[in-house]
Amino acid sequence: MDAVTTIPIPVSLESLPRGQRATVADIDWQGLSIPEARRLRELGFDEGVGVEVLHRSPLGRGPMACRIGRMTVALRRTVAGSIRVSPLTL
Amino acid sequence: MTTIPLVALVGNPNAGKSALFNALTGARQKVGNYPGVTVERHSGKLALADGRPIDLVDLPGAYSLDPSSPDERVTRDVVTGTQAGERLPDAIVIVVDAANLDNHLRFALQLIALGLPVVVALNMIDLAERDGLTLDAAKLSAELGVPVIPTVAVRRRGLDELKAALTSAIGSGAAVRLRSSEGHVGEDIVTLQRRARSIAAASTVSETAVRRWTHMLDAVALHPVAGPILLLTILFVMFQAVFAWSETPIGWIESLFAWIESGVRAAPVPGFLRSVLSDGVITAIRSFLSDGVIAGVGAVIVFLPQILILFTFILVLEATGYMVRAAFMMDRLMASVGLSGRAFIPLLSSFACAVPGIMATRTIDDEKDRLTTILIAPLMTCSARLPVYTLVIGALIPNTRILPFVGLQGLVMLGLYVLGVVGAFFAALALRRTVTKGPSSGFMMEMPKYQWPRLGDVALGLWSRALIFLKRAGTTIALTVALLWVLASYPVAPAGQRQSEYSIAGRIASGIEVVVRPIGFNHDIALSLLPAMAAREAAVGAMATVYAIDNPEDEAGQGKLSENLRGRWSLPTALAFLMWFVFAPQCISTIAVTRRETNGWKWPAFMVGYLFALAYVAAGATYWAAIGLGL
Repeated sequence: MDAVTTIPIPVSLESLPRGQRATVADIDWQGLSIPEARRLRELGFDEGVGVEVLHRSPLGRGPMACRIGRMTVALRRTVAGSIRVSPLTL
Repeated sequence: MTTIPLVALVGNPNAGKSALFNALTGARQKVGNYPGVTVERHSGKLALADGRPIDLVDLPGAYSLDPSSPDERVTRDVVTGTQAGERLPDAIVIVVDAANLDNHLRFALQLIALGLPVVVALNMIDLAERDGLTLDAAKLSAELGVPVIPTVAVRRRGLDELKAALTSAIGSGAAVRLRSSEGHVGEDIVTLQRRARSIAAASTVSETAVRRWTHMLDAVALHPVAGPILLLTILFVMFQAVFAWSETPIGWIESLFAWIESGVRAAPVPGFLRSVLSDGVITAIRSFLSDGVIAGVGAVIVFLPQILILFTFILVLEATGYMVRAAFMMDRLMASVGLSGRAFIPLLSSFACAVPGIMATRTIDDEKDRLTTILIAPLMTCSARLPVYTLVIGALIPNTRILPFVGLQGLVMLGLYVLGVVGAFFAALALRRTVTKGPSSGFMMEMPKYQWPRLGDVALGLWSRALIFLKRAGTTIALTVALLWVLASYPVAPAGQRQSEYSIAGRIASGIEVVVRPIGFNHDIALSLLPAMAAREAAVGAMATVYAIDNPEDEAGQGKLSENLRGRWSLPTALAFLMWFVFAPQCISTIAVTRRETNGWKWPAFMVGYLFALAYVAAGATYWAAIGLGL
């Protein structure tokens, strides 16, 4: 059993590889506009919640689709950049 | 007399509220508007288990009582009893998606805290089970302290139990007054969320992987290569269908109106009327009915099949959940002109009609973003332009083939569509740098799971659209054409003068002609511009009416109308006219809905101004370029 032998280092959600499960480590609320922060909370983004990157849009810096809890949410990469996540090692 | 209890359906977006509403009320529903805001008010009646009637109202989906878009504001105002024209509900049904309790319970907790009698509909329980989720409704009910009824709205499961629970909820007494917080949640959204999550966890017996189907479909729909190809294919099929599938039904409607018209021309006049009215008056009445009202209204109603086909596509794309994927794919492109992917949905609807398109912008939370979308929506080629384009292209653009399968006429039509979109993009770019300047808005949206569209729901949606269109044809357009017939028929021109120039309408048109002469417009066009304000397609009806009055011995019909155009218009004039219709805001309804949506005359006035200026310049440039090229 070699599970959880490495200490996960938080990375930005923006750069999380597709299909890699993670949990939200912290969110830089100050770096977001007030409506963005509120919507993010309403969609269930909170510390400790499981996330996963499902898709990235084709054109350069387009939005990305993430699984958060049991929901799929589309958000822009700049917002994803304010969310730090800890990858789960299996 | 006691008033009928009012019950509101509330919940997150995608919880299945509208499906539940349709299942409960069936065909007994009404679509209206909230006073002051253009958010559709769907209401209907239903009978409870004990036979008591109640009024059910379907509220727009929201994530919380802290609204960020106009439709969410209506939801908050209704449940707190502050919405004008709506009384405080006697009870609310909170609809939650069983497969997404974590998120939906947070809003449910807020709503329960309001203190109104509540029943929770644990909806789409079948999909949750298919997703590998087993829930304990009794446990959830105990945690929340309110009745919880598992339902499957689309299969009509749990409806009787829901009505029974509602009966006892209403029976428990008058609505309790609210705790005064005005629904403001502020910081404790996180606390509520955590409570929601722990309740969800406590009510969940077991769970496995999520949404297999949706993930498999998204692997294609959101694929970097396959995704855009799929979107383009869907759009191509949609526009193709609008033209190809509508030919036969249009033929039926045309023959129906031709039959009515010939009936009116040949109808025997009852004896008592013959004795009172002179032959001249009888001829005038016949002409009024056949040349005026029937020809004008008929010229518009033929477009019903195309409008219904377009709306079918849009309703199905929305019901399946694909529309949000399309918005996702388009976000990058829309961001390049300062908009977000959300704007794609109202803009696509605007290809059918800008009025529902502009109403659909209420889901855009950013105010500047929403305003920009409203201002460019009229540039999408709506179905009302089709009659005008079809007539002018058919009459004056030669039907030559450029490549195999590609005709010049089709190419011009496509060009006009593309021009509208390109114009809208440049307009958005310019607006976002000037009048609607502001920080770029974000794009954050829940992507609902895919669902098979329910035939009944799509049919109900189409029915209400068809009714709106037919009402418009029967009222606004019929009145406009009738008025035009009167103005164009009197005073009667002396021999040697054209009726269309001598009449009152002709003289008004001569005044307009002074302004539009420099961009190549003739007297006929000047005459059609005013009725076209009532509705663009009325331009066709107006020309049909005018030519029928000028040549009363001719029989009316599309062929005759094209022949008249060929005789009276030059090619540069026709091209300038088409260009005018790409940009000009020739539609009172669009202006009216813009006024309602923006709460004032400032923005509709701005919209009308910039679009007319654009239309004038584009038409003039086209006319003089065509003259210069010797066309």
